[in-house]
Amino acid sequence: MPDALLILLSTIFVNNFVMAQFLGLCPFMGATQKFDAAIGMAAATTFVLTLASGASFLIEQYILVPFDLEYLRIIAFIVVIAGLVQFSDIIIRATQPLLHQVLGIFIPLITTNCAVLGVALLNVKQSHTFVESILFGLGGAIGFSLLLIIFASIRERLTHADIPLPFRGAAINMITAGILSLAFMGFTGMN
Amino acid sequence: MIMQTTMFALLPGIFATAYFFGWGIFSNMTICIFTAVVVEAIMLKMRAKDLISLKDGSAVLTALLLGVALPPYLPTEMLIIGTASAIIFGKHLYGGLGHNPFNPAMVGYAILIVSFPLAMSTWPLAQNDIFGSTKYEPTAAETIINEPSFDGIPFDGIAFDGKTAATPLDTLKFRGAKTIQEAWTAENGFSILAGTGWQSINIAFMLGGLVLIYFRIAHWQACFTMLLSLSLLAAIFYDGGGSASLGSPAFHLFSGGTMLVAFFMVTDPVTAPEGNTGLFIYGAGIGVITFIIRSLGGYPDGMAFAILLMNAMTPLIDQFSVDHR
Repeated sequence: MPDALLILLSTIFVNNFVMAQFLGLCPFMGATQKFDAAIGMAAATTFVLTLASGASFLIEQYILVPFDLEYLRIIAFIVVIAGLVQFSDIIIRATQPLLHQVLGIFIPLITTNCAVLGVALLNVKQSHTFVESILFGLGGAIGFSLLLIIFASIRERLTHADIPLPFRGAAINMITAGILSLAFMGFTGMN
Repeated sequence: MIMQTTMFALLPGIFATAYFFGWGIFSNMTICIFTAVVVEAIMLKMRAKDLISLKDGSAVLTALLLGVALPPYLPTEMLIIGTASAIIFGKHLYGGLGHNPFNPAMVGYAILIVSFPLAMSTWPLAQNDIFGSTKYEPTAAETIINEPSFDGIPFDGIAFDGKTAATPLDTLKFRGAKTIQEAWTAENGFSILAGTGWQSINIAFMLGGLVLIYFRIAHWQACFTMLLSLSLLAAIFYDGGGSASLGSPAFHLFSGGTMLVAFFMVTDPVTAPEGNTGLFIYGAGIGVITFIIRSLGGYPDGMAFAILLMNAMTPLIDQFSVDHR
């Protein structure tokens, strides 16, 4: 149990996907304009990331390794993730129409989120077990969601700020992301 | 007026730092203030604003807080880099005073500690303070054998420029398997509450800060919960002072920049949430993160990171604690 907690906490804070591993930067910059949209994106990504983490482990362990097909890893994972995203899209639409209305447009977008492929490949690289893989995916997803929500709330506040003209938009977002990353560097050196 | 009063409230701490660590703090402050005023004027000019807002004293206060927090005798170029990034990135790119989401002084501090970790953790050796030191004092004969010239007496004809020492936080963190009691009697620089000198400096900053709170210039809520959460965590993990102990509550309260941060940075109204609930959460978060970084992290004092992280959380806290109607 302490090990599980350690994996969760370390992926949320110390090795945060966005701030320390620079994964999932596109939704971090792209889907944080509005606070509510960021929450939707965060929830959908958490769902897919955790599932993809477990599914890719099973693929690796029971198909790729026994048949010596490791060289197909990236293609296999991408197909699995795309299929999984489509699958969850159908399931959510059929069973939870309300949730589907909220997450709707974000679900297909997740396929292109590099954090999802990243977590699958990192699981292989760090030779996690099945439970560790799922925890790693969940922790990464929570850390990603946390950053997305924090960043969206800062951006909403900045819409009222008297920012110099050349720095409006992408420039100030980059600077804010930089200072956030600086703050997260305080966690380096923990294990 | 608020800015000027805050500067006056810093005076006890500044004089205490000067007493224990020498005159370096005054050169720090001078260079920081000079840089801040010049950079502020340039930025105002570039943003086509009236130079009159230089008079609000916010740039000088930022520089003063940074200069006081930095180790004395820090190289000039680092002081300039820190202050300039505080004023430019921390403040003006966000639209100046009142719009900045992050505390400018802490932005400058964090940039410096990440860029120059060695220089930023080199502090001069503290003078003995009124509480005395708990270190075992060798007799004159032992001194000659073991420590040939560590009293500033020229050794082999070479005079010392100054003496430096690890800060008490570092000494405690890297003490190996020693218990707290052993570390305090064996290592240099400990006194009854915390580090020699450091405890008196912290008390001096606390006195200045209490005046601010008494006259309602600073809010007390965040400051209180920060000190409370820090000491609660320290008490929980004190572990009877054994070799796994992370230091006593008193040690954490009177070490490093605790009091300076608690009374002068946490109380910054611009970067803190609104309302009681928000301030309580904000302060408690800073205390918890500080303790985590101090005990587990790679940096000696996590306060700047803790402040920046909670600054980032502030809009989120406001979203849930403030009634938007």
